[in-house]
Amino acid sequence: MDRIKMESAGSAPGLSERPKLPTIKAELMVRDTGEDDSTSQDLHEKMSLRNLNFFYGSSQALFNLNLPLYDRRVTAFIGPSGCGKSTMLRVLNRMYDLYPGQRAEGEVTLEGESILRQGLDLNLLRSRIGMVFQKPTPFPMSIYDNIAFGIKLYEKLPKSEIDARVEDCLRKSALWEEVKDKLHANGMSLSGGQQQRLCIARTVAIRPEVILLDEPCSALDPISTAAIEDLLLELRKDYMIVIVTHNMQQAARVSDYTAFMVLGKLIEFGETQQVFTRPSQKQTEEYVTGRFG
Amino acid sequence: MSATNMDMRLYASRKLRNTVMMTLCVAAAGIGLMWLALILGTLLFEGVTGVELKVFTEMTPPPGDSGGLLNAIVGSLFMTVLGTLLGTPIGILAGTYMAEYGRNSKLTMFVRFINDILLSAPSIVIGLFVYTILVAPHIEFAIPMPGKLFGGAIEIELGGHFSGLAGAVALAIIVIPVVVRTTEDMLNLVPVHLREAASALGMPRSLVIRHVAYRAARAGIITGVLLAVARISGETAPLLFTALNNQFWSLELNHPLANLPVVIFQYAMSPYEEWQRLAWVGALLITTAVLLLSIIARTLGTQRSKNG
Ligand SMILES: Nc1ncnc2c1ncn2[C@@H]1O[C@H](COP(=O)(O)OP(=O)(O)O)[C@@H](O)[C@H]1O
Ligand SMILES: [Mg+2]
Repeated sequence: MDRIKMESAGSAPGLSERPKLPTIKAELMVRDTGEDDSTSQDLHEKMSLRNLNFFYGSSQALFNLNLPLYDRRVTAFIGPSGCGKSTMLRVLNRMYDLYPGQRAEGEVTLEGESILRQGLDLNLLRSRIGMVFQKPTPFPMSIYDNIAFGIKLYEKLPKSEIDARVEDCLRKSALWEEVKDKLHANGMSLSGGQQQRLCIARTVAIRPEVILLDEPCSALDPISTAAIEDLLLELRKDYMIVIVTHNMQQAARVSDYTAFMVLGKLIEFGETQQVFTRPSQKQTEEYVTGRFG
Repeated sequence: MSATNMDMRLYASRKLRNTVMMTLCVAAAGIGLMWLALILGTLLFEGVTGVELKVFTEMTPPPGDSGGLLNAIVGSLFMTVLGTLLGTPIGILAGTYMAEYGRNSKLTMFVRFINDILLSAPSIVIGLFVYTILVAPHIEFAIPMPGKLFGGAIEIELGGHFSGLAGAVALAIIVIPVVVRTTEDMLNLVPVHLREAASALGMPRSLVIRHVAYRAARAGIITGVLLAVARISGETAPLLFTALNNQFWSLELNHPLANLPVVIFQYAMSPYEEWQRLAWVGALLITTAVLLLSIIARTLGTQRSKNG
């Protein structure tokens, strides 16, 4: 299929019909998301960034970002390396808070509630907003424990229920068939692609509302990448997903919305299809067609 | 003169220098190894003949008599274990503070500086220090107990004489800096992204340290502890000032305690043939133990680097 499946709601203007992709963009063929269940749902602005500025000490890395992030949609962040994509992502779960000297100004909300305010319970916030990193990061423990550990942080469950949850998460991450016979092997003994899926399973296990992914496939082979992209489209039904990627085709394949950044500034934000086929900014067009960046 | 000639001369001189350096290096390595071989050879030659069952079943004999090393072996094990048990937790906790909580704080830099001094402090100084605080002064006090527990109070009497406890404390002071250093180094080696991944799950800091950082650094920290054990199992000077020696069977912490290093020291210097023989056997035992510990530590170390 060379056509994007529509999943927009009537409430959002301009999302009603999408034209066929021009043949010149054939290599950016957008994947059919295949599901209509989200079509009927209203677009819900789950998180929003308003006038977000970010500083590493005295050097500013993000300039006045404003954009909405929708529930049950995949938003991709693209842009040349060093433009602040990871920085933006690390604001969303306050990861930067681990390091003194890094600070954010402006407003970021989750379900209308500010997440940048002082005194917010960061562990609670991070339990609602999961994150998957560029490098697979299994913990030095068994596959089973990698997942069960996070569950036990938040819930006191009998072992049988934890077992069931572990299996469920591994199935959701398309890893179950490959690891069901070696759940007690070390997580580090898996291949890179399997490790990354384990990290996604671990993130899903604590039932977050949002999943952030920072170039999750950049260290993986094409087959593992395809598995993870499929997984994202599956997870998209239940979560708000933000993915940073340097791979234009990937952004086109998995995302509903795309944000294009350059040097810490948001150049363009819109529906993926529109950003890739009819960008409003010259810079965006040059970047997505590979003439810039 | 052509450029090629110049190059050839330069090349020849470089080659010569290379050969000279190489010869010197090999010679140095050879000399080093030779001493090691001589020491091990002498130990084996003098010690092996004396190894018999009696060594492990009989007490250290009075002059001129025959006997074994049982009390010294047990005393040594006892103090080494106790010293390690005392020193390891302190070392691990301090190292954890330095790597996890106060990575760039003034306190960390101060502690690291002091720790490095302690690491290279002559063990005789440590022995003297413990002597002045735990052996020379006589301390007596009672800890009141609720009700009739232990007859109302526990009476504690310390010092005034040499004791196994003082020996263990001296050994613990040697263990601490080694463990602090390895714990800090190993925790610093735990990749940042692993910690971030744990924090991203909403894990509180203390759990990130206990369940992720410690696990990742475990083999390295254990190696450090084993090396510390190897180091203290041969220490003589700190024990001369603290545990001294005991010719009889004893496991009492508040009394002088027999131990291999001091027995070796005493027996080797004596004119009695039986004592000298036992000294060699003791030396062989310690060396074997240290060698085994080092091999285990080394194996753990290489396993760690294989795992990632
Ligand atoms: N820890 C840091 N300290 C200081 N500057 C940083 C740090 N991390 C990133 N930066 C700077 O912030 C900018 C954005 O970086 P980043 O968000 O990692 O970009 P991207 O993920 O888009 O490649 C870059 O100029 C980078 O040099
Ligand atoms: Mg990045």
